Amino acid sequence: MKSLAELAKLREQMQSEVNLRHDSASDTRVVVGMATCGIAAGARPVLSAFVEEVSRRQLKNIMVTQTGCIGMCALEPIVEVTAPGQDKITYVKMTPEKVSKIVSDHLVNGIPVTEYTVGAQQ
Amino acid sequence: MEMVRSHILVCAGTGCTSSRSPEILEALEKELAQQGLDKEVRVVKTGCFGLCALGPIMVVYPEGAFYSMVTPDDVPEIVSEHILKGRIVTRLLYQETVVDDSTIKNLNHTKFYEKQLRVALRNCGVINPEKIEEYIALDGYEALGRVLTSMQPQEVIDVVKASGLRGRGGAGFPTGMKWQFAMQSAGDIKYVCCNADEGDPGAFMDRSVLEGDPHVVLEAMTIAGYAIGAHQGYIYVRAEYPIAIHRLEIAIAQAREMGFLGENIFESGFDFDIELRLGSGAFVCGEETALMTSIEGNRGEPRYRPPFPAVKGLFGKPTILNNVETYANIPQIFIKGAEWFSSMGTETSKGTKVFCLVGKITNTGLVEIPMGTTLREIIEEIGGGIPNGKKFKAAQTGGPSGGCIPAALIDTHIDYENLTAIGAMMGSGGLIVMDEDTCMVDIARYFLDFTVDESCGKCVPCRIGTKRLLEMLDKIVEGKGTVEMLDEMQELCNHIKDNSLCALGQTAPNPVLSTLRYFKDEYMAHVVDKKCPAGVCKDLLSYSIIAEKCKGCTACARVCPVGAISGVVKEPHTIDTDKCIKCGACIEKCKFDAIVKV
Repeated sequence: MKSLAELAKLREQMQSEVNLRHDSASDTRVVVGMATCGIAAGARPVLSAFVEEVSRRQLKNIMVTQTGCIGMCALEPIVEVTAPGQDKITYVKMTPEKVSKIVSDHLVNGIPVTEYTVGAQQ
Repeated sequence: MEMVRSHILVCAGTGCTSSRSPEILEALEKELAQQGLDKEVRVVKTGCFGLCALGPIMVVYPEGAFYSMVTPDDVPEIVSEHILKGRIVTRLLYQETVVDDSTIKNLNHTKFYEKQLRVALRNCGVINPEKIEEYIALDGYEALGRVLTSMQPQEVIDVVKASGLRGRGGAGFPTGMKWQFAMQSAGDIKYVCCNADEGDPGAFMDRSVLEGDPHVVLEAMTIAGYAIGAHQGYIYVRAEYPIAIHRLEIAIAQAREMGFLGENIFESGFDFDIELRLGSGAFVCGEETALMTSIEGNRGEPRYRPPFPAVKGLFGKPTILNNVETYANIPQIFIKGAEWFSSMGTETSKGTKVFCLVGKITNTGLVEIPMGTTLREIIEEIGGGIPNGKKFKAAQTGGPSGGCIPAALIDTHIDYENLTAIGAMMGSGGLIVMDEDTCMVDIARYFLDFTVDESCGKCVPCRIGTKRLLEMLDKIVEGKGTVEMLDEMQELCNHIKDNSLCALGQTAPNPVLSTLRYFKDEYMAHVVDKKCPAGVCKDLLSYSIIAEKCKGCTACARVCPVGAISGVVKEPHTIDTDKCIKCGACIEKCKFDAIVKV
């Protein structure tokens, strides 16, 4: 170890190792439906795409998690995004390709991607 | 790049390890691999979470689900339900965190954690203690870097002084002042020692820090070395702490590898290294001069002070010795500032203190509270009160050197001065809670029995004095005590206190003195009425059956190992007190509460 700058660089790299472990009450929650219906419709690649995209962009205060059956099995894979203090936005018939747009528009800039939501489908 | 979406933290402290957490880790890794989840889920071995009563503990992030009393058999369910399908296994959650079926309360808002403030324990239960990278990710070695690259030794000491940090090992000596004395002592060879010889019955805070966050001690010792001008450190840790030793060895190797120990640290020209010394578990080796004598390779016996270690310590050179918990506070003082540290606590006692909450208490475990918290908050709120609806009688702090705090003083604000004023002491942090079924004479006898065993024998007041004191207590619990004996005990206690060579002897009478002070009536009951009010001292009680309550079910007669109970079926039974060995088996068996101790 030679300098504080070197230590700071190492710390930056290592932060991703531990940043999952904190009080997540103020996080934006990205919840992927992972019941049998969701998994069968391809929820797993969607979940991985979210995890990958969030960590690639080094976004803080985003919690990617999963839940059971949301109830609209025909529209799986379903992803719900809840920002603190805002209404829940439900994305349906998700694919890994749709993920990067949701991350950039919704998670980063705060603008929901209307065409992917359950409202647009109906 | 490896993508990890979830971390599963499993406690690998001594408490959870002894309740099979290694098996849980093994089962978890196997199950995750089987389900093909081992790439996206990371299993992390951590130090103590503090809630040892509910171990083994497992926490799953990002949800923050706090599972308690997990068994290896629960692992497949947790993996397939929670990790695979995202459904939290409610039945295994710490019950207080369950709000409803789909919501969990943040752990920090539960009663056990809400009033706690984690400074010394901040990384325990958060990082993997065997990975230096995780320590670094949470500001590890930042303080050392700043100190070595931008501060003069005197500035370092000034910061420690300004923080108001006092020794956490028991006596509460100001840490900055200790460092100042050692710095001012002339000599080119000096030493930094760490006292990890935790020996009080029921105390395990130093062990938990070493097991959960070993690097913090290494970092702080290196800072201390720079401040006083030492290049060698020793950690004196007892061989009975195998997990702590193992993790310290790993930590030292990693720190050397990355250049936080060794030559020219942070290119500052400063060299420092640390070695372990294992003690074989003598209580007296927690005393500073005895500890140093033991590191030197001699029999662990204390010596007369002055000269104090800061002038003439290890191998005759200026030395500082601080306790594990004291060191655990140091790096953060440099990162967050002395003002931040001194803003916590009371006028004379700054910061926080770690206590091991044990005895008759619901939430047995490790707690860290700001100085000035009341005993009531610790026992009733954090500790969850006394189990089985019993009444709180007293709390014992400071182990064999400390004293008892009676229920009447439960609103005492805990700091060094307040505890000393009421005849107890801060000690290293053991806090033993006692309920109404505890006999205070018996407790005093228990601690004295410990110090008699542990007295090194070098000085007469301690070696013989404590032995005579124990003999008197033995007589009292056997019903052979007299009122005069109580006065003699008081006098002998004062002699031992005033004349012993080291702190072991000087504090050994404290358990007797404090119980005499607050529970004189119990002593009187033993010596005058020959009764033990709590029903503990066997020689002072006898068992009898209340005829009106006895249904004659014969359960007691069948369980009695000496055949002391006789009677006709469906008629009240009787106990032959000459035969009775007072084992208590009949009381446990009786469904009608018909058997009493009198």
